[in-house]
Amino acid sequence: MGLPCGTHNYTYDQDMAIMRTKTHWALLVALLVLLFTFPLYSGGYLLSVANLIGITVIAAIGLNILLGYCGQLSIGHAGFIAVGAFTSAVLTNVLGLPFLVGLIAAGFMAGFIGLLFGIPSLKVKGFYLAIATIAAQFIIIWVINHLKITGGFVGIAVPYASIGGLVFDSEASMFYLIMVIAVICTFFAKNLARTRVGRAFVAIRDNDLAAEVMGINLFYYKLLAFFIGCFFAGIAGSLMAHWIGFMNAEQFSLMESILYIGMIIIGGLGTALGPILGVIFIRLMQQGMMFVAPTIEAAFPALPAGFATGLAPMLFGLIIILFLILEPRGIAHRWMLFKSAYRLWPFSY
Amino acid sequence: MATDKQVKLRIENLSLSFGGVRALIDVSLDVRDNEILAIIGPNGAGKTCILNCISGFYKPQRGEIHYNGQTITRMRPDKVAALGLARTFQNIELYTGLTTQDNLMAARHVLMKQNFLSGALYFGWAHKEEIEHRKTVEDIIDFLEIEPIRKKVVGVLPYGMRKRVELGRALALEPKVLLLDEPMAGMNLEEKEDIARFIIDVFEGQGATYPNTPVLRDGITCIILVEHDMGVVMDIADRIIVLDFGRKIAEGTPAEIKSNPEVIKAYLGQAV
Ligand SMILES: Nc1ncnc2c1ncn2[C@@H]1O[C@H](COP(=O)(O)OP(=O)(O)OP(=O)(O)O)[C@@H](O)[C@H]1O
Ligand SMILES: [Mg+2]
Repeated sequence: MGLPCGTHNYTYDQDMAIMRTKTHWALLVALLVLLFTFPLYSGGYLLSVANLIGITVIAAIGLNILLGYCGQLSIGHAGFIAVGAFTSAVLTNVLGLPFLVGLIAAGFMAGFIGLLFGIPSLKVKGFYLAIATIAAQFIIIWVINHLKITGGFVGIAVPYASIGGLVFDSEASMFYLIMVIAVICTFFAKNLARTRVGRAFVAIRDNDLAAEVMGINLFYYKLLAFFIGCFFAGIAGSLMAHWIGFMNAEQFSLMESILYIGMIIIGGLGTALGPILGVIFIRLMQQGMMFVAPTIEAAFPALPAGFATGLAPMLFGLIIILFLILEPRGIAHRWMLFKSAYRLWPFSY
Repeated sequence: MATDKQVKLRIENLSLSFGGVRALIDVSLDVRDNEILAIIGPNGAGKTCILNCISGFYKPQRGEIHYNGQTITRMRPDKVAALGLARTFQNIELYTGLTTQDNLMAARHVLMKQNFLSGALYFGWAHKEEIEHRKTVEDIIDFLEIEPIRKKVVGVLPYGMRKRVELGRALALEPKVLLLDEPMAGMNLEEKEDIARFIIDVFEGQGATYPNTPVLRDGITCIILVEHDMGVVMDIADRIIVLDFGRKIAEGTPAEIKSNPEVIKAYLGQAV
């Protein structure tokens, strides 16, 4: 890892710090100020996109812990988000409990269900685990569709989030709620990754045989990764429910689960920045397609109906393939390269 | 001197087979305190299998392994590690995506107390613990002379360096017993001499050079070395055990082994 020219570490304290120079702090503060003043100079549409990105980032951070750090493939992430969304919906709407109770319970519920579906990871890896987690996706959605309390196929209305007297009933107020939680989640994930538990996860990912022989309890840490990863998904689900105001299980499709994997691959597996960059990239691309699609259809009437709307998934597939070939370490790695070039400036090596 | 050479690890009548392949047949041996015990034998003799049984990675069909009065046969590998047994592997098994430093930090796992909550909050408790363990890891990095590759991801390091990092990772666990599976395989003479020196230095302890790192200061007084290079084995081992086709065929000091006709027939005869 590079340090800016002329900066040296004299203590382990300095060496382990994420923020090494005054510039780092200034940049962080500037970024946070920019983030939290965003509603002041942007309209409703941009805000709603930002909110979608914020919620997606929270869930993607969870998947990054599970897949990026611990190496456990899950193709059921949208299912676990659904668990959080409906837990929160049922608790607040049906039982009339406060939003914060719903939020926390959503995290725990998704975490425990995730843990349950993570049990096969103790026996199987890779492809086989992928199949087991696809089962999670279908079982969860089936159960939600067939339970009375979750509103069955119709769905369930969800009240606005509120804390004390504060009601989050606008895009702007939701923005603050979502972003505060997203920042906290990012902070937790970054710290987790650089301490004991994070190293245990990566050890399991890189060499589970050696990890076990070097004292890491595979049973405990694989299940912990599932719990934490799905806990984040549950939190995201709860926010999603209170943001949209109405939940239907169809919103949490297998396609969405696959999209999540794509997002963290494109962003950079097992990096702190990866999920953020990947989510922004994919969500913006989806929004862009929504604008472009009608224009394409109008310009080329000869194309079969629905061609332009089908373009988004195709483009998504193409982008993932391109990333896997050209930059398997994701946008985050490109960013690191750019940064190290900048740090060495004015020297060229 | 009898108290000096207490038995640390006792293997009794160990038998292990894979389907029809009998990898170990009724092998018994003692590993004592204050000795480097070498296990030698031709390819496929069962040397690695013994280490894998001790690590808990293989479950022998018969026999027992006792460590410090405790039976560790068929115990889970991470529990064996927590008791203070660490090892290196014949085919390097590092955490390829982590840096040298983090590979060593990862081995501190059993010695650290943070959980995922304190780790995620980081400030205060976890931070202090990280620094404390980082100091030990830096001592080991210094001892093995791998400072230049401290922040390099190990996947890209040359073979000899990776072997050395793996030794460092085993030391970072601060074990009471160190198991080394061919630590010098595939190395040139100079690299072999380096590793041999490290093994002897670890065995003897470095005293005041590393006052705050017990594993280097006091040394590891019980080492099992699996090695093919007879020269090295004769030089640094206190006692040698010879395996052939899963059976123990000889045991003794280097001088005794050198003149043992069975050993010469089974091993030296064909190797030289
Ligand atoms: N997992 C396994 N499955 C099947 N057979 C195995 C397995 N591990 C070891 N064996 C067999 O057990 C026997 C002993 O193997 P082992 O690896 O212990 O030999 P070794 O003495 O370490 O040899 P080398 O010097 O080549 O490392 C060999 O015949 C080997 O093929
Ligand atoms: Mg071997």
